[in-house]
Amino acid sequence: MTLLGTASDIKLINDDGLRLDGRGFDELRPIKIEVNVLNRADGSAYIEWGGNKILVGVYGPREAYPKHSQNINKAFVRARYSMAAFSVDERKRPGPDRRSIEISKVVSEALESAIIVEQFPRAEIDVFIEVLQADAGTRIAGLTASSVAVAAAGIPMRDLVVGCTAGKADGQVLLDLSKEEDNFGQADIPFAILPKTGEVVLMQMDGDLTVEEMSKAHSMLDKALKHIYNLQREALSKSFTDVVAQWGE
Amino acid sequence: MPRDELGILSEIKKNFILRKLSDGVRGDGRKFDEFREISIQTNYVPRAAGSAMVTIGKTRILAGVKIEIGEPFPDTPNQGVLTTNVELLPISFPTFESGPPNEVSIEISRVVDRGIREGKTIELKDLVIEEGKKVWIVFIDIDVLDVDGNIFDACNLGAVAALRTAVIPGEAHGFKDAKLPVNNTPVSVTFAKLGDWIVADPTIEEEQMSSARVTVTTTEDGHIRAMQKGLSGTFTWKEIEDAINTSIRLGKEIREKYLQGV
Repeated sequence: MTLLGTASDIKLINDDGLRLDGRGFDELRPIKIEVNVLNRADGSAYIEWGGNKILVGVYGPREAYPKHSQNINKAFVRARYSMAAFSVDERKRPGPDRRSIEISKVVSEALESAIIVEQFPRAEIDVFIEVLQADAGTRIAGLTASSVAVAAAGIPMRDLVVGCTAGKADGQVLLDLSKEEDNFGQADIPFAILPKTGEVVLMQMDGDLTVEEMSKAHSMLDKALKHIYNLQREALSKSFTDVVAQWGE
Repeated sequence: MPRDELGILSEIKKNFILRKLSDGVRGDGRKFDEFREISIQTNYVPRAAGSAMVTIGKTRILAGVKIEIGEPFPDTPNQGVLTTNVELLPISFPTFESGPPNEVSIEISRVVDRGIREGKTIELKDLVIEEGKKVWIVFIDIDVLDVDGNIFDACNLGAVAALRTAVIPGEAHGFKDAKLPVNNTPVSVTFAKLGDWIVADPTIEEEQMSSARVTVTTTEDGHIRAMQKGLSGTFTWKEIEDAINTSIRLGKEIREKYLQGV
């Protein structure tokens, strides 16, 4: 990718009202979800979302370690978001940085709101999110895949967690920001819900939005999240029909 | 032993707080959208470029700004650098430990940083000495001294007040001393959800029994600059919208009452 320069000299929306990658304002990038892609994990999922490629492995519920992290009332959900060194333009130094520590925290909390943690006192549920290639919106793509992987592990949940981003670029409210729109736009809103009730489990925002723009972003997200929820369900049910087909032979 | 030292609140106290909430008042008699008394004392540490001691009720933090010369980031050669760090000092709460920042303090730092940065409190383009080579680096360091809930908003106020009083130490580098140019005044308002009730500026007891938290940072133009939902509970979209509108209103009041003179 060429260096695009400063925010002011880039046009992110063309005269036909289309975005750099040809999408309309409320259009998602292509999303593909696969379930049970890892051998050893209790549950796993792979998601491709635009240029994002993310693998998630779930281990647990298993005895929480270290012991002082055990909670006598519920399981402890520990998500770890991690980016491969080669996943971004400039090499990312391996290991947790402040950004990934914050993401791991909000993703853990969002997953915990869906998992019936009261069923597993003193246990931990580890969710490892490995970003192989990053292309904007990695945390919500990772979270969306994580909830599928947790479900595939057979861990009881109130609902799946489904996430998406909205934001603003060139003064327009847009769904599912691309990398350029994220880098040079005016706002970014990672957002995730429990789709059955619409309850918000993850929400972050930075940038500059009016109250009206925020509510416009929410209605775009609301519609998109229903679609992504269906993709999650299809991926999960396909994993079961695949098993049935295999055993039927 | 201090009360409720390990984040464990007695059932009696929880029930008392919930019962009061159902009567429309909080444990300490406040309204749901009412802040505790705020105080801001600037220039507390004259050795810093700018500083502010902030209390919200019994929560107390000290924010200090240091401004030094350094290199810009390679991808933003025409901008100064801003960094924010929050230290949860072990003197402030029984379970806080010394050592490198943990996920709690990192989250607070990053939420405060986003409010200051996206609120365009300081224009980073004003901090360039020689493009691509030499810029002013603004360090905001915030020490949490005493915890009684709502560290987020105390840190935000401290950062803003310290920046508003900061002086760039030019003389030490052959320039003139100059006031750090400050534009907008982002104010964050944090809410906690207790049962089905949502209260602004939670005390430590309210935080300990809350299921979810949301912080909304707004500027004087009524725009939203940063938001962060936390903890494993949930909010309805209606509750988020109410939090946004309340944050705009309370932000305006706090700005007029406490930050105007700073």
